[in-house]
Amino acid sequence: MKIIACIKQVPDSEAKVKAEGGQVSWGESPLVINPFDEYAVEGALQLKEANSGTVTALCIGPESAKEALKHALAVGADEAVLVSDAALNALDTQGAARVLAAAINKIGSADIVTFGRQTLDDGSGLTAAQTARVLGWPMLGLVGHMQVEDGGASSPKGIKVHRVIEEGRQIVSAKLPAVLSIVQSIGEPRYPSFMGIRKASKANIPIWSLSDLGIPAPTAFVTRTELITPPSREIVCEIIQGDSPERIAETLADKILAEKVL
Amino acid sequence: MKTFVYIDHFKGEVQLASWEALGVAKSFGSASAVIFGSGLDALVKTAFEFGADEVLVADDPSLVDYRVEAFASTISALASSRTPDLILFPTTARTRELAAMSAMDLNTGVLVDLTDLLLNGDKLVATRPIYEGKLNETVVCSGKPVIATLRARAFPRPAQDKSKSGTATKVEAKTDSPATVEGYEVAEAAVSVADAGIIVSGGRGMSNNPSLTPPASMDEKQAEAWRAQQGFKLIDELATVLGGAVGASRAAVDGGYIPYAHQVGQTGKVVAPDLYIACGISGAIQHIVGIRSAKLVIAINKDAEAPIFKVARYGVVGDLFQIVPALTAAFKKKLGK
Repeated sequence: MKIIACIKQVPDSEAKVKAEGGQVSWGESPLVINPFDEYAVEGALQLKEANSGTVTALCIGPESAKEALKHALAVGADEAVLVSDAALNALDTQGAARVLAAAINKIGSADIVTFGRQTLDDGSGLTAAQTARVLGWPMLGLVGHMQVEDGGASSPKGIKVHRVIEEGRQIVSAKLPAVLSIVQSIGEPRYPSFMGIRKASKANIPIWSLSDLGIPAPTAFVTRTELITPPSREIVCEIIQGDSPERIAETLADKILAEKVL
Repeated sequence: MKTFVYIDHFKGEVQLASWEALGVAKSFGSASAVIFGSGLDALVKTAFEFGADEVLVADDPSLVDYRVEAFASTISALASSRTPDLILFPTTARTRELAAMSAMDLNTGVLVDLTDLLLNGDKLVATRPIYEGKLNETVVCSGKPVIATLRARAFPRPAQDKSKSGTATKVEAKTDSPATVEGYEVAEAAVSVADAGIIVSGGRGMSNNPSLTPPASMDEKQAEAWRAQQGFKLIDELATVLGGAVGASRAAVDGGYIPYAHQVGQTGKVVAPDLYIACGISGAIQHIVGIRSAKLVIAINKDAEAPIFKVARYGVVGDLFQIVPALTAAFKKKLGK
């Protein structure tokens, strides 16, 4: 079984992100694998362990994004591919989906493609469904549990998943190949092992350009016109004190009522 | 401007931000509510009450269960034949997928999870938080129709006029789907912290009540979850008195104290309530980014150094197992409940 995990590199959650000259700046903060995409990798590795096969990590980004791919290799992915091209600097999600679909086709014969739910940077959460639409494969979103099912001798394999939705869990099945977005309920992402880190540091990660993929640079429909650092709210916390829990609760309830939010 | 507004619902329970989107559409011109499912008469009536000029309905037994491909194809076909300028969705997990796929079909872009949307002449200019709310960007879409999803509680909800009604316009359902819905495991009650005006949340501290003795048959992990579940009953009682929803931190969800649907923060829901009461939540950055838009934050925690106090307007340093029930009792009295 061939599984492709799509990942992105983003500034760490702790980064002090600012707008500087119309560009996003995160100073000296490290770039990391998008935390949501760690579930995409974890899910891919679980699928590989349950069904045997290989996991390929796939990323669009500058050459420095190889570090995110190395994280995927260090936790157990077998191969990694970076798509990098100067013409990809102004991608929107539908452009990214077209590029990923072309790369998935070039890698070839994938059974399952996994994504995280969204990214920490742009946070739009569209790319998985858009990639599925380009590929014409079923989209199984917000997967918290999954099981590959044998389709019998004549039929392709299928997959049954639990989709973690606000209302509970929806159980859905589809034939492979399919695109999955994977969420936290799948389990805690594993940490890189010492051996894994050594293997990843020596790995040869191919870089594919748009001409390698045989597609033109996609046109972006969505463009940013302005970037704003929101004014920071200065909050001073007033600690409520009293000689008993009842007195404290009484005072706090009065303070809340005075704010007229109820 | 002619706008479609997708009314997102689960078996007839509407995500309330759908009506907020309808209000935005009305302010731009004509608003057509778009509703998919089966047995939709009550929903159609409500859409007229919230101000829809027309209600387009794909009523088909095969649309009872949400399946993204069928729903997206139905929207795309409808938009191709009726050419709206704008398609609005409330931002939910379902609509991110739907908007995403329809945009591919219609060869346009999606402006996602907006907190503001203005019509400048004939140009739509949108504002959205990015980098977990650390920045805002303004964005435009050059494709047509413009597709946009609106963050819950970022736009005013229009008044409901119960005297209004109308006749739905039937439209064709596209029912082809490569996926089969096998069934549901539904949580005890639908949770929608994203829509909630008041949220009372519990964290890791919920399991620390020393006065409880778990059944002897439980191992340490089970006992921890059992203690926390007793603690969440206190949270639930306070939320009920205030007419709010129950939230949780990631630590509480990972500990098995409460289902994932309640989780607030980076890997859970971004919320924007008027009142957020954090109980036994230390306030990791991943939680704080989820409550940035809350109007009033209250923190109850035994650790005076917990970072949650840095974003709270009022705080209590103390034992939540004493403070929370006392607060419930105080509100019961003051609100006459």
